[in-house]
Amino acid sequence: MATMELVRRSASSSPAFQPGAQEVAKLIDVSKCIGCKACQAACLEWNDLREEVGFNDGTLNNPHDLTPASFTVMRFTEWENAATGNLEFLIRKDGCMHCSDPGCLKACPAPGAIVQYSNGIVDFDHDKCIGCGYCVKGCPFNIPRISKADNKAYKCTLCSDRVAVGQGPACAKACPTKAISFGTKQEMKDLADKRINDLKSRGYGQAGLYDPPGVNGTHVMYVLHHNDRPSLYAGLPDNPKISTVVELWKGVAKYAGLAFIGLAAVGAAVHHMVAGPNRVSSEDEENAARLKEKA
Amino acid sequence: MTNSWTDIKNTDLVLIMGGNAAEAHPCGFKWVTEAKANRGAKLIVVDPRFTRSASVADFYAPIRQGTDIAFLLGVINYCLQNGKIQKDYVANYTNASLVVKEGYSYKDGLFSGYDESKRDYDRSTWDYEIGPDGYAVTDTTLQHPRCVFNLLKEHVAQYTPEFVERICGTPKDKFLTVAKMVSETSAPDKVMTSMYALGWTQHSKGSQNIRGMAMLQLLLGNMGLAGGGMNALRGHSNIQGLTDVGLMSNLLPGYLTLPSEKETSLAPYMQTRLFKPLRPDQTSFWQNYKKFFVSFQKAMYGPAATAENDWAFDYLPKLDVTYDVLRAFDLMDQGKMTGYFCQGFNPLLSFPDRGKVTRALSKLKWLVTMDPLETETSRFWENHGKYNEVDSASIQTEVFQLPSTCFAEDEGSLTNSSRWLQWHWPGADAPGEAKSDVWIMAQLWKRLKTAYQKDGGAFPDPIVNLVWNYKNPDDPQPDEIAREVNGYVLADVPDPTDSSKMLLQKGKQVPAFAALRDDGTTACGCWIYSGSFTEAGNMMARRDNKDPGDMGAYLNWAFAWPANRRVLYNRASANLEGQPWDPSRKLIAWDGSKWAGNDIPDIAPTAKPGTVMPFIMNQEGVGKLWVRAGMRDGPFPVHYEPFESPINNPVNPKIKGNPVARVFKEDLARMAENGSKEFPYAATSYRLTEHFHYWTKHVQVNAVLQPEFFVEISEQLAAEKGIKPGGWVKVSSKRGQVEAKAVVTKRIKPLTCDGKTVHVVGIPIHWGFMGAAKKGFGPNSLTPFVGDANIETPEFKAFLVNVEPIPGPVA
Repeated sequence: MATMELVRRSASSSPAFQPGAQEVAKLIDVSKCIGCKACQAACLEWNDLREEVGFNDGTLNNPHDLTPASFTVMRFTEWENAATGNLEFLIRKDGCMHCSDPGCLKACPAPGAIVQYSNGIVDFDHDKCIGCGYCVKGCPFNIPRISKADNKAYKCTLCSDRVAVGQGPACAKACPTKAISFGTKQEMKDLADKRINDLKSRGYGQAGLYDPPGVNGTHVMYVLHHNDRPSLYAGLPDNPKISTVVELWKGVAKYAGLAFIGLAAVGAAVHHMVAGPNRVSSEDEENAARLKEKA
Repeated sequence: MTNSWTDIKNTDLVLIMGGNAAEAHPCGFKWVTEAKANRGAKLIVVDPRFTRSASVADFYAPIRQGTDIAFLLGVINYCLQNGKIQKDYVANYTNASLVVKEGYSYKDGLFSGYDESKRDYDRSTWDYEIGPDGYAVTDTTLQHPRCVFNLLKEHVAQYTPEFVERICGTPKDKFLTVAKMVSETSAPDKVMTSMYALGWTQHSKGSQNIRGMAMLQLLLGNMGLAGGGMNALRGHSNIQGLTDVGLMSNLLPGYLTLPSEKETSLAPYMQTRLFKPLRPDQTSFWQNYKKFFVSFQKAMYGPAATAENDWAFDYLPKLDVTYDVLRAFDLMDQGKMTGYFCQGFNPLLSFPDRGKVTRALSKLKWLVTMDPLETETSRFWENHGKYNEVDSASIQTEVFQLPSTCFAEDEGSLTNSSRWLQWHWPGADAPGEAKSDVWIMAQLWKRLKTAYQKDGGAFPDPIVNLVWNYKNPDDPQPDEIAREVNGYVLADVPDPTDSSKMLLQKGKQVPAFAALRDDGTTACGCWIYSGSFTEAGNMMARRDNKDPGDMGAYLNWAFAWPANRRVLYNRASANLEGQPWDPSRKLIAWDGSKWAGNDIPDIAPTAKPGTVMPFIMNQEGVGKLWVRAGMRDGPFPVHYEPFESPINNPVNPKIKGNPVARVFKEDLARMAENGSKEFPYAATSYRLTEHFHYWTKHVQVNAVLQPEFFVEISEQLAAEKGIKPGGWVKVSSKRGQVEAKAVVTKRIKPLTCDGKTVHVVGIPIHWGFMGAAKKGFGPNSLTPFVGDANIETPEFKAFLVNVEPIPGPVA
């Protein structure tokens, strides 16, 4: 479980993520969550983050959204269930889903700025991040946030530093109702099965596990009372997929681009052989001097 | 709690009413999720708001704040009408069969003996019929028209589902769903737990709210059982300890009581504290009162307390009236109390009618605050604009602000809701000049003693004769105090059955309160804590989490008072023959010669089943569905409206509030009339999970999680008043006003009560003008200055306000 072997890095050729016995997962049981925000507090403290004291926007959500300093937030939804006539107060802990097929990693142009470990954790290497924001576009869950202070992307690390030494994430440790659990992905699926049976016995016929196939599954999963309608939970995507732009960028377009670059190189070489090296004309020198003066 | 946090995992049904455990007690609430996940237990929440507890409940029913008694008596009525009571339990373990004497009556909301001018009852008719044998008369056939069972049936008959709906605003079908689910736990092998907190206590009839549920739990046979009981969720980690050691104006440690001014010597004091059994063979454990009292006096005054001077009885203050905090601030306001020590208390935000609190503090000559934090009270004189609009120059009060250590910086014990005394060690050194409360008190006492010794005074004895046997008198250590609290032996006591042996040896710690004596040979600071620090060591520091019976008892984890018992009245978990009602949840059983099991028996170990009844603290030996003179406002609960209510009381429209709640005249004039047009909305106050009282607003992280004061209103009220979500509102009452952000929510819905639409306004408590969070107000700027009829807890949970949209402040 504590294996932290790096298996994939952004902007580098590496094989697709291979699911395996060492895969870890965090299971968030929405039906057990009481919205106490202990996970938010633990996240701020463990990661030594200093969020600003905000304001009330007419809801219980605070901070109102994910930020470079808030890797996780509770999202509260009040939903009138027409079928039962009951009000439901749906509370979802939002944060990075640690996809098996991470859109952020695929979109990232900076080599090694986003990495994936063999246990499934997707992590950002801030030294290599160029702050382009492509990871934000690439993420089907709208998770990473770019810091205005250092122009780097930030998100939940699944406490990779804790997991590396055999501990679970800080949020799971702080959760008073065990709504957040952590273990191998299989253990979490087994636990989810038990919880889903319990929910079904309480009248939630559509209870289920949110482990979306569109991103080859995730390493943060939810138990939902209404798994047929994930979007009820503050817009959790019903069927998340990596944007086609990113798929193109890293798929067909990537190879087309590489082919273009290759052709350009060949062209340049041919040009060099035929026309010889470029020479700087006196005109070029004059232009350069003028530009220098202006600056 | 009669049970414990860990015991909640044993339940079949959790009823959260008068509290909001998931938000206010999130860590303890884990045991509810355990019961749900592992036992398939159900959770019901009854609350004016759809709370975060309700978000994980199986069923939610709305209720108007301040109408819990009507709801509970309605459930009792339902259970009686439908035969859903635990019959054997009720017949044997409650006072259902005891006969009440002639002259007792109840009509239209009032019991016999009411005197309107005194706002009090002559309670002499509230008693049992006493037979020629000197014991209360019983009718085990339950046929006698004046037996408690029939009086109860008659008393609750009015509370039909329709009447409940009319008062509470709970739709009839929802009320009936709750009543049915609750009534199913009358089966001997089904149990319900009641979890409540300030939602029941902070009313002018708070004690009777709790009585209502206690009666229901007795009828269902749920008291004393694993997974059952009455479980008060205490609001501070050591507030249980505060009441246990008697930090109440009318109590001594261990729930002994201060004498009244009429009890001028020990004999008359003891005369009213004899606690003679009311039924044959019953324990009536309070008969031991004198042993605990004398041992307490010896712990306080040592050699100065002698048989000749009535164990220094004269040293004790004698009460003419109760000196609760409401009265203290009223006396301050009248200029009769001129100095005030404020230790770990922030009354400027936590006491009602803030305008009056500010006025009262401004009249003091001096105020001392002892607190780890910069409380608003210690800065009550400082102008913070609209958040504390005072004229500092006109306030002459001299304020001494003494920084003290907080729980994480000192050693000692905390008593939690489960009655567990848990020892803790410092995690960090105190910052700056902060000193422990014990050190501060020691310095005070030392200087007082010196002053009395030097200058004399009207009565120096209680100060100069105080026992102070600490290694360093300037700095008594927590373990030294804990040993005193447990109790110790002052003189050898020979064994009466074998004179060659010693029963008690001088200088040793007493093993338990059973060893305490009324002859001056033992000293004990707080009898119920006896056993916590014995010759075997500090029992509170134990951390063994083995649980052999898997009953959540954890007998070797810390120490639970009394006698390390985890479930009070656990004798009642077994039938008359001594066998558990539910063998799968055994607490104790009779093995033919003694009681034994997974908990410490709450009965003499060899008391034969069928003779000695389980409720050993009661003179009757049984649980009380009807109380004699113990409650000031009646032997049964009655629905009374809050002092400020949107409707007149349907039980009797002439009665305003609780008819015996003490209310000062001037404060009554500062209350809105029922159904007020000026203040038409029913407000309530509460805590949010992101904060702890007025402490965590000083912490940056908590301030981030819930930064700014807000009030919650329904979508309907918002639409009616043109209030936008996140917009600004002014909330006003007869006593003051606050400005807040508006949270417009589906979780609050208008109720229909007595034919009228009632809008509920929710006001959380956590903001002030000190700390890291945004400056804000608290509901105590709005709440009325009136308390519970029995214990004076202020009515914070139900009052009237108006709400108006206002333009926001200019940024």
